[in-house]
Amino acid sequence: MNTKKLQSFVSENAIYIVLAVLLIGIAVYEPSFIGLNTLRDILIQSSTRVIIALGVAFILITGGTDLSAGRMVGLTAVVSASMLQEVDYARRFFPNLPELPMFVPVLIAIAVGLLFGLINGVIVAKFKVPPFIATLGTMVAIYGINSLYFDTDPNQSQPIGGLRSDFTNLLGSGSIGKGDFSIPYIVIIAIVVCAIVWVMFNKTRLGKNMYAIGGNEQAAKVSGINVSKNLILIYSIAGALYGLAGVMEAARTGGATNNYGNMYELDAIAACVVGGVSTTGGIGTVPGIMAGVLIFTVINYGLTFVGVGPYWQQIIKGAIIVAAVAFDMRKYANKK
Amino acid sequence: MSEFMLEMKGITKEFPGVKALDGVTLQVRPGTVHALMGENGAGKSTLMKCLFGIYKPDDGEIVLNGQKAEINNSSDALKLGVSMIHQELHPVPFRNVMENIWLGRFPMQGWGPLRFVDHKKMYKDTEELFKQLDIDLNPETIVGKLSVSKIQSIEIAKAVSFNSQIIVMDEPTSSLTSVEVEHLFRIINDLKKRGVSIIYISHKMEEILRISDDVTIMRDGKKIGTWPAAEMTTDLIISKMVGRDLTQRFPDRHNVPNGVILKVDKLTSSNPKSFKDVSFELRKGEILGVGGLVGAQRTELIEALFGLREIQSGTISIGGKEVKIRSAGEAKKHGLALLTEERRTTGIFPVLSVHENGAIANMSRYVTSIGLLNDRKKKAEVNQMVEKLRTKTPSPKTLIMNLSGGNQQKVLLARWLLTEPDILLLDEPTRGIDVGAKYEIYSIIADLAQQGKSIIMISSEMPELLGMSDRVMVMSEGRLTGIVDGDKATEEEIMRLAAQH
Repeated sequence: MNTKKLQSFVSENAIYIVLAVLLIGIAVYEPSFIGLNTLRDILIQSSTRVIIALGVAFILITGGTDLSAGRMVGLTAVVSASMLQEVDYARRFFPNLPELPMFVPVLIAIAVGLLFGLINGVIVAKFKVPPFIATLGTMVAIYGINSLYFDTDPNQSQPIGGLRSDFTNLLGSGSIGKGDFSIPYIVIIAIVVCAIVWVMFNKTRLGKNMYAIGGNEQAAKVSGINVSKNLILIYSIAGALYGLAGVMEAARTGGATNNYGNMYELDAIAACVVGGVSTTGGIGTVPGIMAGVLIFTVINYGLTFVGVGPYWQQIIKGAIIVAAVAFDMRKYANKK
Repeated sequence: MSEFMLEMKGITKEFPGVKALDGVTLQVRPGTVHALMGENGAGKSTLMKCLFGIYKPDDGEIVLNGQKAEINNSSDALKLGVSMIHQELHPVPFRNVMENIWLGRFPMQGWGPLRFVDHKKMYKDTEELFKQLDIDLNPETIVGKLSVSKIQSIEIAKAVSFNSQIIVMDEPTSSLTSVEVEHLFRIINDLKKRGVSIIYISHKMEEILRISDDVTIMRDGKKIGTWPAAEMTTDLIISKMVGRDLTQRFPDRHNVPNGVILKVDKLTSSNPKSFKDVSFELRKGEILGVGGLVGAQRTELIEALFGLREIQSGTISIGGKEVKIRSAGEAKKHGLALLTEERRTTGIFPVLSVHENGAIANMSRYVTSIGLLNDRKKKAEVNQMVEKLRTKTPSPKTLIMNLSGGNQQKVLLARWLLTEPDILLLDEPTRGIDVGAKYEIYSIIADLAQQGKSIIMISSEMPELLGMSDRVMVMSEGRLTGIVDGDKATEEEIMRLAAQH
């Protein structure tokens, strides 16, 4: 490989190289970092995040943005938790609710996410409100709605606990296999979601339309793409993904409050951006987003592992976000 | 004063894989118009970017007025008296005329921290500037509301206000009406008298021969030569640009129009300022040219046919059946295709590949029974069409923004041909495209007509309109003023119809 090829290899794969360097650096500094347990922990912590990030990525690639993602995760976590408590738990959200088949509350929560995504989509596509403002509005309003629901009698803003073990097992802590070689269910779910989204991005009309709308909305319209319909669909899918993430967040932590999901959207946007998604639209890949999410988890987990304090972690994360975008910009400026 | 206002000597610039400029020398005499010609990709814009410090030449030097100049960015260039009027203008649309002119160097008044913009002086200076240049504009008009030609005169005024000795104009007439072109030429003559040198980049031969004193021709990053314009002819320039003799500017057409395919009856726009009562028929296999000045509402008319603009009254019939077209999607279903005038704003997806750009209007054809896209079929069909139109691209995966204008246009044509349309609406299909590529686009259009496709082609270039059309329909201020036979019509006749209202 000559220098030019090496240069272009580095710039095309910067994100994966950064991830590898981080992992190797931490492993060299603290060899006990290497191990299946570490890997499992990192994957578990990345699972919910990658699903939120994929939802946000749909919208970023259309040239929009979504500030309401985190609050939607919070709302759907509360909705699913409120219907999935043990029947004999002392403080139930719905004291008289019979034990539902697990998929019912899960689907309701996902549907709630989809509904609010749909609302975002309609506001953006039909009322032409810029996505930043539209989702800023719904972000604030959804928190209000969630808090109202959370405050109803008899719950009155008490943290929802006592979740059913079948639920927390399947969508939370459970895994296939035994001991060192077990694979957590939520990691499998996340991988399946990544695969489905990859297919949507690359093999469906919706995906092509998403890239086209983000690449040049006017040209998309002239090409016969129904821009509003596609945008509404995309925001709805994103909402459904937040719904799924909310359910998983409730199961993983074994509970929910109205403050769940606070600021998750910013983590998701940061992961997307670091993973090469362009905030001006038209660019982004699923592997890139996955790597972006992993980088942040590795920073969180790995740096804690080697004893770097949380404040320093924040500084490093911030620097990585800015550096990643600056690097990307340079890549495009060079092509001019 | 030295013999030359500007000398660029032996400028060489290499990009990875291509030698964009190879020892190019350009000598511009004071007070002259120096035409810089060449096909797209010949290196004209790269040379100008070197002049403005946007690119740093690998070799060579720039001498301004006898002094070696060091230009590292465009503000250096401005300080040294070099300015440029870009083909695509980028004013600040929400601010007014004078603020756009004095942007970054507003006249100030007051002392110390209490220095404020002196609006009165700015207004007076602007007025004076406009008087000198015979520009009729209110300095306080919001720029976004002005026409392209007005914005261009603002840019020229701005260049003059910098006391520029060299003004580069890149395709300045590409969106001007002939009346506006005359005004521009008057301004250029004025500038010449003040000793300003103008480097004039254009593809329009008639203009070049009329306005310029010297002509420099470039090809493939090299300078072919400089000649006095008086010694040049259109054919001579073209043959030097393409490196071969172009005996014909337009291909022979063998299409035989027969039977009406599209009938438009008393079509009136919902916008009272747009087209009114337009009725015409388009025959199968016919090329119907649409002439008119800027503001004739030609683009608005064909965008309405394509469902992108609202219609208040009137009917459209395709193949004898009345149709209602409310969106581009519906237009597509009725066998219509539209190549828009603004390739960049409404045509290409800059960050997507050639392949994706070609496929986007035709995705429904590639959806398989399980709802996924058939990649193999998509790739094969798009690549075949892109190749058939002889598009030059390093690979189908290349981002379209890295292609030349002519090749981008071919990809867009491929996009629409893949939808197998019956009627193609082409809005200025050769705008900003070099001579060689133009001929290729003309051949494609002629071929399509021969295959029985019907074509409506808007063009502001008279020779193109007359050379390519079976009939020419002329519009003026939103009304159809006449339809003339393409073979018999004269430029005068079309001009007369175009200026009727």
